[in-house]
Amino acid sequence: MGDEKTSQEKRSTGVNRRDFLASGGLTLGAAALASSSLKALGCAEPSCQGKSGTGGLPMDSDMGVIGDCTSGTLDPDLFLTHFDWGKVTKDLGDGKKRREYTFFAVDKEIEIAPGLFFPSWAYTSETPHDQDGNQIPGPGGSIGHVPGPTIRCREGDEIYIKFINQNNHPHTIHFHGYHSSEMDGSMKDQFVFQNETFEYEFMAEPFGLHLYHCHSVPLKRHIHKGLYGTYIIDPKEGREPARELVMVMNGFDTNFDGDNEIYAVNSVANHHMRYPIKVKKDELVRIYLVNTTEFDPINSFHLHANFFYENRTGTSMKAEYFTDTVMFCQGERSILEMRFPKTGLYMFHAHQSEFAELGWMGNFEVV
Amino acid sequence: MSDEPKKSAKAWLYGLLPIAVLGILCCAIVKLGDRKDLLPTKVPPIEELSIQRIIIKPHGFQIEVMNDGPDELTIAQVSIEEAYWRFTMEPADKTLGHLEHGVITIVNYHWVEGEAYAIGIISRNGITWDAEIPIALETPVASSKNTWFFIILGVIIGVIPVALGLLWLPVLPYLSDKYLRFLSALTVGLLIFLGLDTMKEGFEFTEELAGSYNGEILLLGVGLLVFIGLMTLKNAGKAMVLDDGGRSLALRVSCLIALGIGLHNLGEGLVVGSAFIHGDVSMGTRLVLGFTLHNITEGLAIVVPLAACTVGISRIIGLGLLAGLPTIAGTLIGGFSFSQLWAVIFFGMAAGAIFQVVWIISKGPSLRSRDGGMALPENFIGIFAGIAIMFVTGLLI
Repeated sequence: MGDEKTSQEKRSTGVNRRDFLASGGLTLGAAALASSSLKALGCAEPSCQGKSGTGGLPMDSDMGVIGDCTSGTLDPDLFLTHFDWGKVTKDLGDGKKRREYTFFAVDKEIEIAPGLFFPSWAYTSETPHDQDGNQIPGPGGSIGHVPGPTIRCREGDEIYIKFINQNNHPHTIHFHGYHSSEMDGSMKDQFVFQNETFEYEFMAEPFGLHLYHCHSVPLKRHIHKGLYGTYIIDPKEGREPARELVMVMNGFDTNFDGDNEIYAVNSVANHHMRYPIKVKKDELVRIYLVNTTEFDPINSFHLHANFFYENRTGTSMKAEYFTDTVMFCQGERSILEMRFPKTGLYMFHAHQSEFAELGWMGNFEVV
Repeated sequence: MSDEPKKSAKAWLYGLLPIAVLGILCCAIVKLGDRKDLLPTKVPPIEELSIQRIIIKPHGFQIEVMNDGPDELTIAQVSIEEAYWRFTMEPADKTLGHLEHGVITIVNYHWVEGEAYAIGIISRNGITWDAEIPIALETPVASSKNTWFFIILGVIIGVIPVALGLLWLPVLPYLSDKYLRFLSALTVGLLIFLGLDTMKEGFEFTEELAGSYNGEILLLGVGLLVFIGLMTLKNAGKAMVLDDGGRSLALRVSCLIALGIGLHNLGEGLVVGSAFIHGDVSMGTRLVLGFTLHNITEGLAIVVPLAACTVGISRIIGLGLLAGLPTIAGTLIGGFSFSQLWAVIFFGMAAGAIFQVVWIISKGPSLRSRDGGMALPENFIGIFAGIAIMFVTGLLI
């Protein structure tokens, strides 16, 4: 009973946050994008929260997990379009900014499939900001989310991250991208112990799609417990406006046998089967796709009834491939761009059927 | 004289005091048992699930499970061949208390006949269990056709072979003491093998049994209980099973042998019945052939003690049925409601009964020469031959 009440409370917090987003008067930038996408998802209304299963949508399949997550410990809808631009503390001229973040590593039990809980280690950003410097709520609030907050900045920005470890194991944040050896977060003397602080500081380059993760040992355990996130550096000239989505392909080894029991994008098994990602017909959709899956050598992404342009690591403005299936090893990532010329439901999933059937499957709903 | 009631009250008081204190202690333990904060370390809940039975239906599966751990357990999801699948569960909150049973039903899964399936069950805390289906075949339901199948199966492997063995009875009076001793020793050899074999099979089932039932202890405990129970029964002497006062020791021994073999055959029936039910037809057929050959020697074992006396035909038939009929009960139970718990109990009973018979024969006169000695070559050869025959016919199983 006690647990039930707690989850009810957590859940109502989720509703409030969404209400805030929907009515908070945030009209510009990424937050507005997040807000409108939530509206588009039809999840801004509290009434949507109580729905279970597929929410009445026509993909009532026998395959897949049953029920709906009710604990509110994860927020994959918000995470999908959440970008943390940091607190701008200095204008460095030429469009460059100094962006400051405060990150924590915490313990958090997360609901990775309906009724299935995982004792994760999670990063959290204390005060996420949108592109215009407005403070915005982050997924999981101040209590952590898996994957960690998506850091977004521009090429040449100065990044400062104050990292406070609140977990009783030593952790670090190891960023992909250029930085000095001292900022690598991988050497033993760079491990951050409980209640200790480490300040990471570096220039954001090269532009592209990167990731960050804990580099403390044992590595496998530290990464697969949930300490990873996306780090996006926009090119100076920016990218074409689009419906931007962050998808981190991940897995969870719930019984610690070195094999994942759950696969997903953004942690929650089959979440977008229950709540399809709504996109508009013909609008440019940009997916920041990252693979952090532990234990399996590869993961993949396949889109139904459509093709997309792929730019690996996002480090060039020119797409290398035009395809419908891509394959990544752990740490690999790509920017995918596509338009849906027709309305309807379009499935996306790992093209390893095993992963797809263990939770890594969702739908776009083109309207 | 007036002191007597006082003394008795005192005795009662002292006798009950430890029990009362124990009661208080138990209450305290139960009350504090949930206070995980009192423990020296933070412990996660212990989750253990026992897969009791898998029923294969035309378009799905039904898995009977039991919470075998001390703590409450909640099932989160169910997968088939590493694919999460729609299921319903009884109880609907998917939560099982200690030793509570539940039924998981997968209503819509188009399995392929003859292929193997693994059904994965994952708990709220991510602990996983696998329910294995080695060969997918629809589980027979108790219909009259199936019932006859299992009854006939029981008759073939149990009743007929035992009856054939009994037919050796008329030969026995023509044999000299030496050869009768040899046959008694042969019986002991057969029974030693059967007893050990019964225990081996019993231990195999204990591995599948939920840990809470302490299968190994249950098997040995039941065996020991039956052994001691039958001994007590025998020592109770004259007032025993059979009604006529002139009943000989020989008949009593035969009767016990038949009872022990009957219990053993019940276990054999269980194994054969469940082999057919689990789709293992080739295994089932081999078991039938093996047990049929095996069991003819059981009839012999029953009649050997009767070599020296004249026994009515009805009594012989009675002994045969006592040994043979339980096989039918075994095939029916094995076929329709197999349970590891009952298998362990039956095998334990059978082992106890069989070793009791070995004990009685070796204490009795049938293995002894006129001067009471037992260390005779025919005895050794007989026991050896008995074990050897069982071993060879066992190769067929």
